[in-house]
Amino acid sequence: MEFLWEGLLAITWKQVVMYLVGAALIWLAIKKDYEPALLMPMGFGAILVNLPFSGVLNQTMAGVGETNGIIQWLFEIGIEASEAMPLLLFIGIGAMIDFGPLLSNPKMFLFGAAAQFGIFLTIVLAALLGFDIRDAASIGIIGAADGPTSILVSQVLKSNYIGPIAVAAYSYMALVPIIQPLAIKAVTTKKERAIQMEYRPAAVSKTTRILFPIIVTFIAGLVAPASVSLVGFLMFGNLIRECGVLNRLSETAQNDLANLITLLLGITISFSMRAEQFVNWQTLMIMALGLFAFIFDTVGGVLFAKLLNLFSRKKMNPMVGAAGISAFPMSARVIEKMGIAENNQNHLLMHAVGANVSGQIASAVAGGIVLGFFM
Amino acid sequence: MSEQVMKNLIEAAGIMGKGMLGIFVVIGLIAIVVYLLTKVGNKGN
Repeated sequence: MEFLWEGLLAITWKQVVMYLVGAALIWLAIKKDYEPALLMPMGFGAILVNLPFSGVLNQTMAGVGETNGIIQWLFEIGIEASEAMPLLLFIGIGAMIDFGPLLSNPKMFLFGAAAQFGIFLTIVLAALLGFDIRDAASIGIIGAADGPTSILVSQVLKSNYIGPIAVAAYSYMALVPIIQPLAIKAVTTKKERAIQMEYRPAAVSKTTRILFPIIVTFIAGLVAPASVSLVGFLMFGNLIRECGVLNRLSETAQNDLANLITLLLGITISFSMRAEQFVNWQTLMIMALGLFAFIFDTVGGVLFAKLLNLFSRKKMNPMVGAAGISAFPMSARVIEKMGIAENNQNHLLMHAVGANVSGQIASAVAGGIVLGFFM
Repeated sequence: MSEQVMKNLIEAAGIMGKGMLGIFVVIGLIAIVVYLLTKVGNKGN
């Protein structure tokens, strides 16, 4: 009868911690609606992979040899071998994004670049805290505010902390409405937050919309070749959307493909949430560094807008700079809400959306540039 | 601070400088091309 409680007796305290982490993620997803499509599968997966002798992981059976576990297999094939899952998700994301507000106001591109500052500052801080340079680079990419980019970069760099990095990236993306207002208020005055911006978008032709993804891929590919897979797949999705002759594929990429990959990505990434890898001090440090990255992305965007204001007659609301992070559309919504809070006529949404979609491109470029340093 | 940490720190600082420069170059180039495209497109209309 020993087999009945063999599993129970094999549970370690670290696995108990992971059950609690899994339960917390499920609670955040269901009760707080924080990135439920990712945090719920990750939370449930965290429980699955931490059950003793779990059948979702490869196991060695007497007289049979090694048997495949589904989550380990999905991870090895879908993420470790090819980074296929995060990249395929990029096609869906590209198909979902309307770059119109950015194309009609190209100045907003710069905020996407400025708001990647947190990534690089965090890499320095992580290195200072003693992380290996590859791990430090992977941790910094949490500041891309883009789950698939974080997973891809940390996987390519063979980081030891893919699990905590993915959890931090998705958790803080969900917490953007809490993190950004605090960071913005710390570096702006009430008067600056009340600056009104006129919205006069230039007309964007269909040709521009079609050429845009091709040009972005060329420029990013030539200057930062390592970003081609990320930027290229994002832009491929966008080209499908904008070309006008692939509406069915565009719909599929936006809905079926993105949903299917999202469904599998969360539970697959839980492979890296095994107790022996996850329960350590480094995980707590990574969570703190991820928060640091998000805060300094925001600060970087805001300060850059303030810098531009020194040289321009038409002042910009510096809060728009904070929308240059990739968390779309949460960040743009936060800026709109904060603008209205200061002055009920202060609608910043379209400017912020422009900066926000620029952040989508800039974060993928940042991921590629970071990878380029190790190629 | 150990020698390895110091080495990593210097490398990280290099990544920061070159990385931010790289992003601004890529995004700046894209912004210029888009601006020109929009101008040409609007003139055509």
